[in-house]
Amino acid sequence: MNALRRHRALERIWSSRPGWRGKLTTVNNNDIGLMFLIAATAFFVIGGILAMLIRAQLATPRSVFMGPDTYNQVFTMHGTIMMFLFAIPLFEGLTIYLLPKMLGTRDLAFPRLSAFGFWCYVFGGSLLIFALLAGIAPDSGWFLYPPLSSTLGSPGINPDFWLLGITFVEISAISAAVEIVVTVLLYRAPGMSLDKLPIFAWYMLIVAVMILTAFPPLILGSILLELERAFGMPFFQTESGGDSLLWQHLFWLFGHPEVYIIFLPAAGVVSTILPVMARTKLLGYGWIVAAAAFLGVLSFGLWVHHMYTTGIPHMGLAFFSAASTLVALPTGIQIFAWIGTIWKGRPEMHLPMLWIVAFFATFVIGGLTGVMVAMVPFDWQTHDTYFIVAHLHYVLIGGFVFPMLAALYYWLPHFTGRKRYFKLGETAFWLIVVGFHGTFLLLHWAGLLGMRRRINSIEASSGWEFVNLVASIGGFVMAIGFTLVLIDVTVNATVAVRGRRNPWGAGTLEWAIPAPSPSYNFASIPEVRSRYPLHDDSDLPLRIARGEGYLGTPPDSGLRQSLVVEVASGRPNHLVILPANSALPVVMALATGCFFVGMLIKTYWLVPLSALGVAALAVWWAWSLGSRADHGLQDVGRGLALPLACHAAEPTGWWGSLFLLLADGVLFGSLLFGYAFLWTVAPNWPPPSYLQPGLLGPASALGGALLTLGGSRVADQALRRGRRPWLGFALGFAGLAAIGAAASTVLAGTTYDAHAYDATLWVLAGYVLLHAAIAGLMLGFLALRVRAGYISARRIGEVRVARLWSDYAVAVALVGLGAVWLPGVLE
Amino acid sequence: MWWVLLSGSAAIFLLVITLLLFAFRRDASDTPAAEARHERVWIWGLGFGFSIMVLAGLTVYGVLMGERLLPRPGPDVVTVRAEGAQWVWRFSYADAPGRATEHILHIPAGRPVDVEITSTDVIHSFWVPRLAGKLDAIPGHVNVLRIEAEMPGDYAGVSAEFSGVGYTGHRFIVRAHNEADWGAFLRGEVR
Repeated sequence: MNALRRHRALERIWSSRPGWRGKLTTVNNNDIGLMFLIAATAFFVIGGILAMLIRAQLATPRSVFMGPDTYNQVFTMHGTIMMFLFAIPLFEGLTIYLLPKMLGTRDLAFPRLSAFGFWCYVFGGSLLIFALLAGIAPDSGWFLYPPLSSTLGSPGINPDFWLLGITFVEISAISAAVEIVVTVLLYRAPGMSLDKLPIFAWYMLIVAVMILTAFPPLILGSILLELERAFGMPFFQTESGGDSLLWQHLFWLFGHPEVYIIFLPAAGVVSTILPVMARTKLLGYGWIVAAAAFLGVLSFGLWVHHMYTTGIPHMGLAFFSAASTLVALPTGIQIFAWIGTIWKGRPEMHLPMLWIVAFFATFVIGGLTGVMVAMVPFDWQTHDTYFIVAHLHYVLIGGFVFPMLAALYYWLPHFTGRKRYFKLGETAFWLIVVGFHGTFLLLHWAGLLGMRRRINSIEASSGWEFVNLVASIGGFVMAIGFTLVLIDVTVNATVAVRGRRNPWGAGTLEWAIPAPSPSYNFASIPEVRSRYPLHDDSDLPLRIARGEGYLGTPPDSGLRQSLVVEVASGRPNHLVILPANSALPVVMALATGCFFVGMLIKTYWLVPLSALGVAALAVWWAWSLGSRADHGLQDVGRGLALPLACHAAEPTGWWGSLFLLLADGVLFGSLLFGYAFLWTVAPNWPPPSYLQPGLLGPASALGGALLTLGGSRVADQALRRGRRPWLGFALGFAGLAAIGAAASTVLAGTTYDAHAYDATLWVLAGYVLLHAAIAGLMLGFLALRVRAGYISARRIGEVRVARLWSDYAVAVALVGLGAVWLPGVLE
Repeated sequence: MWWVLLSGSAAIFLLVITLLLFAFRRDASDTPAAEARHERVWIWGLGFGFSIMVLAGLTVYGVLMGERLLPRPGPDVVTVRAEGAQWVWRFSYADAPGRATEHILHIPAGRPVDVEITSTDVIHSFWVPRLAGKLDAIPGHVNVLRIEAEMPGDYAGVSAEFSGVGYTGHRFIVRAHNEADWGAFLRGEVR
């Protein structure tokens, strides 16, 4: 088989259907990645237009361009769109597109999940844009502090769009994170051990774990605030035992790591591009990985630095101040390692390098003002002024947008297979950089002069008029620059001349495939021996196309084949069959959307109905995987034979569940934190009375826990020995039912809207009930799968997945119900 | 404090940019032997050594400065209460029970004043830039801010936490009186 015929055969297997239906049903990382990038760019344009409206309003004193009502929606939506609908989806899209190519694999671990995430993102984002156009957009600031955002301050529907729309969008962040972690750990070219990972993959692994641990507090906060707004459960209302500070803690527990979640992908891009531009290797690879990981951990310890002015005791502030300055250490290490890399190499000044230099100059200023505001007394003056506005734009535009523009121009030849001709990009560079500093440099000064953020007009005699006029002009210059970039990319993608492959002489695998990328990425999967496989072997692209790697023979079955490797060593482990194009993701995203819309327009019958729909679709989704017969070893080429992934003891679904449960566990932990916070800090505690546990509830919970643990193990053992598992399933169901009954006694013993205590108990018991139901659903699914012949002693993976979930349900039942009953016992 | 931070930052910024510019000189040193030396200089020397030195010094300085601003008990401390609401500030006075003012907070000049800050609806923030930093007014909580006006006169104050459509105009005035006027205010002779 020659290279062209191999290409055609693989394209038939991996490509999406033609036309618009293809876009709806595609699960291929090339399509999904591009769709993410295009959608994120569209949201960036909308957010940018809002920014221009803000600068138009503030250009002159006493402007009557917008009233406060409109202005509040505009700045709230500007922040919300840029953070949630632009920054995170943009790097997700870049990662979904590039990661499999860098790792030397054909697609991500869960192709349908990335499609589902994309549709959740687009639908959730559309809800917010609809609200903006209809004039009922969120208007209480992008961090949505209650009571302003609760029924007291905003009786209308505005904050509901934020709470529900953003939570909907966050499904895509969580699913992309699970996807990225499992892909980096398991889906790599054979021989790519962890110490040979491309540096970008290391960064994204860290970012993905951070997403899984940082987003749950915000998701929990959004759920609690929506419950308060919809049903009057008073989590944030002081008079009923709630506390608005709880929201601030949950929000910034998310919000600070979020800053690093946005910065680290950019740092990964810099670490990838910089050595190529400097014609050398990255200095201190191991140190950079360690610094990034340390940054990730540390970023969870400084959320309080957004809350210096809330009256937290000064020694507490001293701790967080120290942590906030300490976070500059790993950043400093990375910056000096990058400069050292340039120092030892022979740097060439191409456009991507120009953007990286702009990144250095801008980000260092943003970092230094960041250290300034980490000083408590300084922050007491500058908090909530334009000093902060300027600081955060230096960090986010300098530290994220500039590196992303470097990424754009670095990988553009890879995306389009063409070379730039007109010098539009260089002109755009100067317009954006000069415009940016023109906008924000002087705004630091306006902040020091006392200009508060979020005011809708400035006074004629305030002394801020000149600064604001300059800032507005700078802002419009920057906007023209971004428009030029868009034109440049469009021209490049459509009419520019073909360029050669790998114009920069890079060493990573994404340059070893044709550009633009074929749908299958690699015609055959190469064996990797170093961090820069293309530098080891300049003929590698040819060998890959000739099918000299693994899986070089397209199967007649038409199945999408890829390889799974062992986590640390990168030794090939299994042959995996990935799912093909399907409408299931978009349909499931629609059903999920009905859930959120039902909540939004208070049509509550739609909510349980769509939840059932999502569950049914999930069962359908999982049913289509697996095999009904045992298979022998499969030939994967190069003389190697591997078992199929359905024979893996720990299938990819198990790994995915493990990391999803990590996020779920953080959500549960945040809930317990909220409970303890209200108990110890909130005014108007204790509640009128604590729930007395009695005997029946705890006995039922304990008994249920033992039955569930025992049942799932009995079933597991029986299946491994080829015996009937029904006794185990029956025990498991009985146990889960008993746990459900125990949780129900909590609901029966309290009134959900009486006090924050009762409301919290409802959420805890509801959480336990939900997980007992999920475990029950999985057990039922497993029973059906056994009957249908999908499980055998050698195909045991699904049993492991179900056991993981039922063990988790038991754990949260014991801890959660224990926490529920604890105050009553202590009393 | 500002000048210390600004000059320090400017120095660090110039250092980084100078290193960056010098990095573009044309003599590369990309050999395995040089690699270890580069790691020593860049990662250990500059990355660890330089960063830790600057940050540790700065943190200690910040904490000490912060301690100096804390309210300490004293014999002549005056206590007043500030209640934020959409969009008005209401003030009351421990030394004159029953006395309440809106928009204007009266204090004696030259004496430390503890302002007990709270809110009756959403979150606000009490900020008189010339007298002290800001402190939030949070429903259900009372935060205490120490202020002191050296000279009699009017000091402009604003709410510094976004609170809805009336936020921009949510202002107040702190009026510092001399000894005699303060006495007159407490007796109810000044409105």
